[in-house]
Amino acid sequence: MLKLKVNDMDVEVEEGLTVLQACEKAGVEIPKFCYHEKLSIAGNCRMCLVEMEKSAKPIASCAMPASEGMVIKTNTPMIEKSRKGVMEFLLANHPLDCPVCDQGGECDLQDQSMFYGIDKSRFKENKRAVPDKNMGPLIKTQMTRCIHCTRCIRFATEIAGVPELGAIGRGEDMQITTYLEQSIKSELSGNVIDLCPVGALTSKPYVFEARPWELKKTETIDVMDAIGSNIRVDTYGWEVKRVLPIINEDINEEWISDKTRYACDGLLNQRLDVPYVKYNNNFEKASWKEVFNIIKSKIENSNKENICGFVGDLTNMETSFIFKEFFERTLNSKKYESRTSDRFIDNSSRENYIFNSTINGIEESDFIFLIGANPRFEATMINARIRKAYLNNKTKIISLNDVGDLTYPYEALNGKTQSIKDVIENKNSLSQAILDSKKPMIIIGESFLDLEKSEYLFNSLKKFLYKNKKFTNEWNPLNILSTDASSVGNFDLDIINNNEMLLKDLKENKFEIVFLIGQDNIDFKKKDEFVIYQGSHGDKGAELADIILPGSAFTEESSHYTNLEGKIQKTFKASYPPGEAKEDWQIINELAELMNNRKLFNDKEELQSSMFNYLNIKKEKQKSNFVDNKIEDNFVNEYLKVNYKDYYFSNVIARSSKTMVDCNNNKHEIKRTGTEG
Amino acid sequence: MSLKRPAKDQPENFEFTPNSLKAAEAIVTNYPKGKQQSAVMALLYIAQRQNNNWIPLAAMKYIAKFLNMPYIKVYEVATFYSMYNLSPVGKYFIQVCTTTPCMIRGANMLVEACKEKISKNESELSNDKKCSWIEVECLGACVNAPMMQINEEYFEDLDKEKTLKILDKILKDEIPKPGSYRGRTSNEPENNRKTLMDLKNA
Repeated sequence: MLKLKVNDMDVEVEEGLTVLQACEKAGVEIPKFCYHEKLSIAGNCRMCLVEMEKSAKPIASCAMPASEGMVIKTNTPMIEKSRKGVMEFLLANHPLDCPVCDQGGECDLQDQSMFYGIDKSRFKENKRAVPDKNMGPLIKTQMTRCIHCTRCIRFATEIAGVPELGAIGRGEDMQITTYLEQSIKSELSGNVIDLCPVGALTSKPYVFEARPWELKKTETIDVMDAIGSNIRVDTYGWEVKRVLPIINEDINEEWISDKTRYACDGLLNQRLDVPYVKYNNNFEKASWKEVFNIIKSKIENSNKENICGFVGDLTNMETSFIFKEFFERTLNSKKYESRTSDRFIDNSSRENYIFNSTINGIEESDFIFLIGANPRFEATMINARIRKAYLNNKTKIISLNDVGDLTYPYEALNGKTQSIKDVIENKNSLSQAILDSKKPMIIIGESFLDLEKSEYLFNSLKKFLYKNKKFTNEWNPLNILSTDASSVGNFDLDIINNNEMLLKDLKENKFEIVFLIGQDNIDFKKKDEFVIYQGSHGDKGAELADIILPGSAFTEESSHYTNLEGKIQKTFKASYPPGEAKEDWQIINELAELMNNRKLFNDKEELQSSMFNYLNIKKEKQKSNFVDNKIEDNFVNEYLKVNYKDYYFSNVIARSSKTMVDCNNNKHEIKRTGTEG
Repeated sequence: MSLKRPAKDQPENFEFTPNSLKAAEAIVTNYPKGKQQSAVMALLYIAQRQNNNWIPLAAMKYIAKFLNMPYIKVYEVATFYSMYNLSPVGKYFIQVCTTTPCMIRGANMLVEACKEKISKNESELSNDKKCSWIEVECLGACVNAPMMQINEEYFEDLDKEKTLKILDKILKDEIPKPGSYRGRTSNEPENNRKTLMDLKNA
């Protein structure tokens, strides 16, 4: 530990920290523009100047390592003057357009010039004007406002791993641009907007939409992927205007992926706001009472064995749980399912379907083996962590398939499952590498679990790792990379049916009534089934339906989601469901009440406590870790194709979002002609 | 000095000639493994010399691939330094020094000569597209002011007449003699030196 004096206060800091960090630890605020704790140090804005004893000149505190016995002063007249001077230079070329700037109200330059600047400029010359740059459909540029802090360049190069941003020219003529003004090809590009301390990079879809002080801010959880990034949803009345990240070092650090940030306009389009009934292939508006009565009579007139239910990819745990209760208590049936393919999930033990090493664990790992996963598109934040691990520890990364650019180098194998078998049987040099590593990570994608013989491979891989003592008290090398926000929660609640082939029966049209809760991803040809769709958006599921029950989206309900690591997180209601739509759990509760004259749960608290009770009982039951069963060897060499969902269209909200369409067009270089309708 | 923009007409392809390739590879070996990117400035210069004194975008891409670095990083370097030309400057690229010592000794006459013979404005190609001129800052030959640089050679102790003669030769594809045009040996006094005669190596 180093001992310093900051403004006559004694501070102790660890070695390797900077003077700026030491000052922050002492509770002294230092203004800064270019410094960001997650990025490398640039030291080019000069705003963080402080006085150091024995130094004639002020020093840039962000770039100066703290050392023993330093005496730092931040409140002297000299520092006050130097801050004013730096501020005056920064503002010399900065346009005075705060009233029309989207950053206004949350602008570092605005705030700091109020605090540390002077009220007039001595700069009489013409201000510099810089042409705006094209950076794709998400980032709006106003480069005249740029103060050359280079945070965006450092973010793109270091964290996003797409070195496409750069500073061309020099001195006053320096300009930030992408290479030849191509759009940034990254799924993390939206974060440069948050990083930009001025209004040079702002959000294109949010342009001139609202001022930050008019918005209601709700901290909640994202559902665009299974990571459960912590977000802040800003609403203006009913409308969700934008989504911003909030810091959670264990999950998303400070970043979120572009889909999380920009799919929010999908919450406004294609919404289901009243119940619909299909008459002669046309949907007609109906009242809740009518539709409930139709459902009741349909259920009463059909064989209970022929009713099945499917839970979707964005469904919260409350809804899943009450849906399960509805089937078990009202219909006396267990024909419910949350998977959309014959995916192998052994839900007898929790470690079989979660990301056991945890997201933070990625940084400790020394060997990562990707099987049938493309983390860049399936779990962007995890990909960013893997890149961080690669940069910090030179972690060795191997993928069974060549899945294209992952923003870090990796070794690709041939994509045949024989290679996995060779690893298990010690026939491949890889197995030695796994055995030699202290904390190996095997990341298994959903494409692998969809394989025909995935059960055998999964169990023998687990056995291989277990026998070689890779499972320890603090490390579990087995990781399943789920892609849907509801997956792990549904498996925890046992919304899974391994005894019957529900999907096969569905495809063979064996059911009379099919209940879809936000489930839009099942491919089946409808014949005579009566399909009830409950959800928020008119998409594939609603198209099939005979009755549509309008539900709520993830921003309109306080509920819980379990992320892929098995962390249960609470979401908060930021907005309310449109029109006559209701919260999902309420719809099922009311339907149950109509059918049995008794509600399943009196209120949401009862539902939640009952759900947590279920989860706790389940947790207590499964203490035993590994059972050495004999594994049936039915191995067939298959080619593992990594089938990941289209990044920009992976769920109903993203599919309803115009911004996501723009992103997709931009990615595939489709030009808009204005005639596409 | 303003931001340099790449030319509108760009060649599709660029590749090092065997000679350039040899020179480039020799430079890359000067740097430790994994740090080849340090060679970017030298390689840009090689490309500029090979391609009639300017660097097309294709060459930047080629160098980026050659050194395994992002395109934008090469582009940054090429736009930063004023001595890399990003648009065609002609096979003969004339740089006239107009910094104080040369200016006092009549550099503006050299500029006039260039305007007469080559083109009205600087950085503009001559009619036959072979030649262009530019005013530059000090080239470090103040003792022999005024002076100009054509490609890699210095032409010193000039006046308007001498400049016109040199330019005539250049436009006829002849290579004039570099060095002082008042008969001096490098920057020694005219008619040999008069002092320090007893020192052999002075």
